[in-house]
Amino acid sequence: MTAPAPAFRRDDLGDGGWHRPIAATPLLRGGLALVAIAGILIANFRERLIAVVIGQGGYEGDPVDLLIDNGLLPAGLGVSILVIAIVVVLFYVSWRMYTFRVTDELVEVRSGVLFRSNRRARLDRIQGVGIERTLFARIFGAARLELQVAGDDANVRIEYLRGRDADALRGEILRRASGVRAAERAAAEGPADGAPAAGAAEGPNFGGTLPGLVQTRMGEFLAPERDPALAPPESVVEMHPGRLIGSAILSGRTFWFLVIIALIISGAIGADNPLLIVTVVPILLALGSVTIRHIAKFLRYSVAATPDGVRIGFGLLSMSSETVPPGRIHSISVSQPLIWRPVDWWTIRINRASRSRSNSQQQQNSTVLPVGSRADALKVLRVLLPELADDDLQPLLESGFSRDRGTGRYSTSPPRARVIRWFSWRRNGFALVNPVALLRRGAIWRELVIVPFARIQSVSIHQGWLGRRMRLAGVHLHTVQGPISAQLGALDEADAGRFFRDLESDAVRAAAADHSAHWGRPVAGSTA
Amino acid sequence: MSQQTDPPPATLPPTAPSAAGRLDPVPGEWRRVSSRYIVVDLVGTVVGGLVLSAFLSLPWLLSGVLWLAAFPAGTLLVTLLVAAITPRRVRSIGYRLRQDDLVFRRGILWQRVVAVPYGRMQLVDVTRGPIERALGMSQLKLVTAAAASAVSIPGLPQADAESLRDSLVELAETRRAGL
Repeated sequence: MTAPAPAFRRDDLGDGGWHRPIAATPLLRGGLALVAIAGILIANFRERLIAVVIGQGGYEGDPVDLLIDNGLLPAGLGVSILVIAIVVVLFYVSWRMYTFRVTDELVEVRSGVLFRSNRRARLDRIQGVGIERTLFARIFGAARLELQVAGDDANVRIEYLRGRDADALRGEILRRASGVRAAERAAAEGPADGAPAAGAAEGPNFGGTLPGLVQTRMGEFLAPERDPALAPPESVVEMHPGRLIGSAILSGRTFWFLVIIALIISGAIGADNPLLIVTVVPILLALGSVTIRHIAKFLRYSVAATPDGVRIGFGLLSMSSETVPPGRIHSISVSQPLIWRPVDWWTIRINRASRSRSNSQQQQNSTVLPVGSRADALKVLRVLLPELADDDLQPLLESGFSRDRGTGRYSTSPPRARVIRWFSWRRNGFALVNPVALLRRGAIWRELVIVPFARIQSVSIHQGWLGRRMRLAGVHLHTVQGPISAQLGALDEADAGRFFRDLESDAVRAAAADHSAHWGRPVAGSTA
Repeated sequence: MSQQTDPPPATLPPTAPSAAGRLDPVPGEWRRVSSRYIVVDLVGTVVGGLVLSAFLSLPWLLSGVLWLAAFPAGTLLVTLLVAAITPRRVRSIGYRLRQDDLVFRRGILWQRVVAVPYGRMQLVDVTRGPIERALGMSQLKLVTAAAASAVSIPGLPQADAESLRDSLVELAETRRAGL
């Protein structure tokens, strides 16, 4: 590989040349460890400082005392300085070796000192672009850019950039991925470019005086995690704090915790040992901390439609926001646990081609609306799939939410399926309305699954021996792996066959007509 | 959607009209897999059943408690039953190359029909086990971006499997769609 001289220019990170992240990157990456070490040092030296200042001895057994007593102070200092120097050199080398570039076709990151790594992501394969600001990084105004590509843990990270650089680079990457050429974009969008405007709005940054810097930092801290220039306000859904707290309390998690607590208490009473009740305390603490973490994560949550896809932002202290370009959502599920029925709250999850290895990340990756009213949920659906805004679809969506008695346009299970679907046979059904397939199921746990035709990988129909006797069959739409499974059972055999035939031809047609790989390019262009 | 089939790859495997009473959303002629695949399936079933019953008979042989013999006996019985319906099961496997997709079906008690559009195939895999190799047969697997698709056509004569793979790859290339 030829090694082009890495140029460190921060004015235009997307010019195709090699760039480095900000110099504080190693510090930010090792952030928590450093804070912990500093904390230990401060805790150790606090009493010594107090002793020196107030002039009282009377404490010993400290490694530093040991060094002083044995006359090893110079050696000790030398070793400490050497260790610090080595760490600094390692940090510097790792920073020197970390370079990235963004060209018209790909994003590439080279990193590593001993174990070198080189990751490339093709722009037309991008499934999402995220910006993450951990609490520690936010204090320094830094951010991490993450490009999601289809596959398990196949993400490309650029860490860390200055906050506004990250915003600008995200805008640039999305524009290039959308297939809009630079010249066309300048002509078409003009000054409403969004990202540079956001940068300008932040005012003086590093060049400013110290108060100016603090002010900028505070502004960044308090500013909402989205750009008003990019998302029209009517497309924005925000979290209602009361509803979030209510949903965190009214959840399956709370229910299971309560069950455990009830078991413990009854056990304590049964064993005639009241002390056992004390074990409830840690359980309550655990429940409280999990609930509060959930609330803190989603408190500043928002969903907005931008020209380059859906922007999902959340996090109170550590913030992250993610843009999912059009055509990257493989299926949507709107569901309502029974416990939320009286308040009419809903949650929305999606299947995406990019997956994170860790479970919690996967969960946040797939949850688009943690909790929302019916109106919120409808709004988010329209943001996720603009095609759903079609008037013709509204009654179908509405009846997906409500307790439909089989009068709607869904083809539902026949009455003989009552034996298998006791309560839901009147709700259990499907509708195929170009360009989406809607599957409605569950009377107790209501759910509506929406799959765009263009994202269907394959279709299957299945029938067991019982189904064969009852002339019932099930269908399954295969999409990329995720929390949602688009399956429907106990349909009339003829309905299921019709579903299979129609869907298969619809899926083939939609896939051939799909141009979302380059969503910004006119349809007459290449078919990619 | 037209029901016509593309020209067959190299040789024409035996076809069968759809049997009455079975799940058949897309009526027409199915291509069946080689009847020699029954041997492969039978060997697999019998060997698996014998190994499992040998393992399950250990408690009985070691302890001498008579009722423990029910486990290996039951396993053997199930193995025999499965072996008895194997020919029918293998005959139930069928596939069809349509205009835009490959349709695959299998199963008697639990029937499943899958349609995979050519443009969605991410890769086509030809694998051969030791018994299949001895009988000159291969298995063709289709992989899409969805793990649930899970289509594998067993019991294809090796030449057929390879020509089918080549024509599928070619079809996938001409109809390539994104994810």
